[in-house]
Amino acid sequence: MNNDRTFFWRKLHSISGLIPIGVFLFVHFGINYTAFYGEEAFNNAAAFMGNLPFRYAMELFIIFIPLLFHGIYGIVIARDAKNNLTTYRYEKNLYFYFQRLSGIVVFLFLIWHVGTTRVPAAFGAEVNFDMVANLVENPLYLIFYIVGILMTTFHFSNGFRTMLITWGITANQKSQQFGKMLGILLFLVLSGIGLTAIFAFV
Amino acid sequence: MSEKTVHMKITRQDGPFSDPYVEEFRVPWRPSMNIISALMEIRRNPININGEETSPVQWESICLEEVCGACSMLINGKPRQACSTLIDSLAQPITVEPLTSFPCERDLIVNRERMFDALKKVKGWIEIDGTQDMGPGPKIAENERQKAYELSKCMTCGLCFEACPNINQRSSFVGPAPLAQVRLFNTHPTGQMQAEERLEQIMGEGGLTSCGNAANCVEVCPKEIPLTQSIALLNKETTIYSFKRFFHK
Repeated sequence: MNNDRTFFWRKLHSISGLIPIGVFLFVHFGINYTAFYGEEAFNNAAAFMGNLPFRYAMELFIIFIPLLFHGIYGIVIARDAKNNLTTYRYEKNLYFYFQRLSGIVVFLFLIWHVGTTRVPAAFGAEVNFDMVANLVENPLYLIFYIVGILMTTFHFSNGFRTMLITWGITANQKSQQFGKMLGILLFLVLSGIGLTAIFAFV
Repeated sequence: MSEKTVHMKITRQDGPFSDPYVEEFRVPWRPSMNIISALMEIRRNPININGEETSPVQWESICLEEVCGACSMLINGKPRQACSTLIDSLAQPITVEPLTSFPCERDLIVNRERMFDALKKVKGWIEIDGTQDMGPGPKIAENERQKAYELSKCMTCGLCFEACPNINQRSSFVGPAPLAQVRLFNTHPTGQMQAEERLEQIMGEGGLTSCGNAANCVEVCPKEIPLTQSIALLNKETTIYSFKRFFHK
């Protein structure tokens, strides 16, 4: 009777940004942050993650499939928009535009990021402190990382704000303002952690 | 003697399939003029800024008090009601263009059928007629009535469609105003009897989930209808309904 599954896919897209991708983002940033305590701490943390049981299944179902789904379906959604920021210079319209822009930038960043870490690892390279340190030695790659981190934290934080609306949790103006404050807080905290971590490799 | 004038740049179009062009006019200024009275001045004396006689500019307007929604146009680039836009509040030259989200019929007249189709799609009415007298309906609580009144002010003017980045040739989005009407009719005690049918209608392709939360709609709405709040509340309603539909119905 009902063959239109739009509602389901859109809701899945919305929730997949938080579970599992957002959760993975927190774990990933937490591991990265150990670089701040030194090379050994990071190598231990990376080895711990690398030796988790069911690693390949978890990578596939918690990271790769959700990311590909969220990214590709996100681009389909972004194609619906005809951005009109020049005529309508409103704060939320700016977030709307930036959410789509950051999504595409993060997608491209992740292709590069996976290509320079997981792909070499699949061919036998060891995932450790030196792998990242060698990358960020190149100032261009360091810029890639800084942009990638900030775009990711923005996309997640703003996505969290709109997710509260998409699931009908924040409906009135006051609660949506509160949601925005939560988003800003998330952005600042995550950006702080992410940037501290990447500069620990420099 | 230098008389005060109003300089207008109007985007015109001779028919639905003709190319648009800009024609400029200079009309005598009067106190408390609005866009409509300036257009009426052009109709009275259709001579453009070069002194050439031209066809009068065509537009739509009915109530002249911002309740009918017919005189929607882009004034200095912003979607507004021509009747409630006063000349003295605008920088000159004043540009007047037809809305871009709807097909242009002629000059400033656009076809807003898309909105009415959307209202039909979401069952934007209350079913009162049976084959027999069904008697009076249930009463509405006063606090509900107050909220419903705000939603009932919608005049289908189309400014929210114009400002929404997710409404364009590529998208099938039903639009902000019809969504707020779903909330209106689902609030009504008799309308509630078809609440699930309306929710069902907005859960498909181009429905509620096509909203991208840009919130331009609520910024431009001349009736200050809580559009984003309505959409968020419908998000809650449809989510609850989707679980009900999957597990119980």
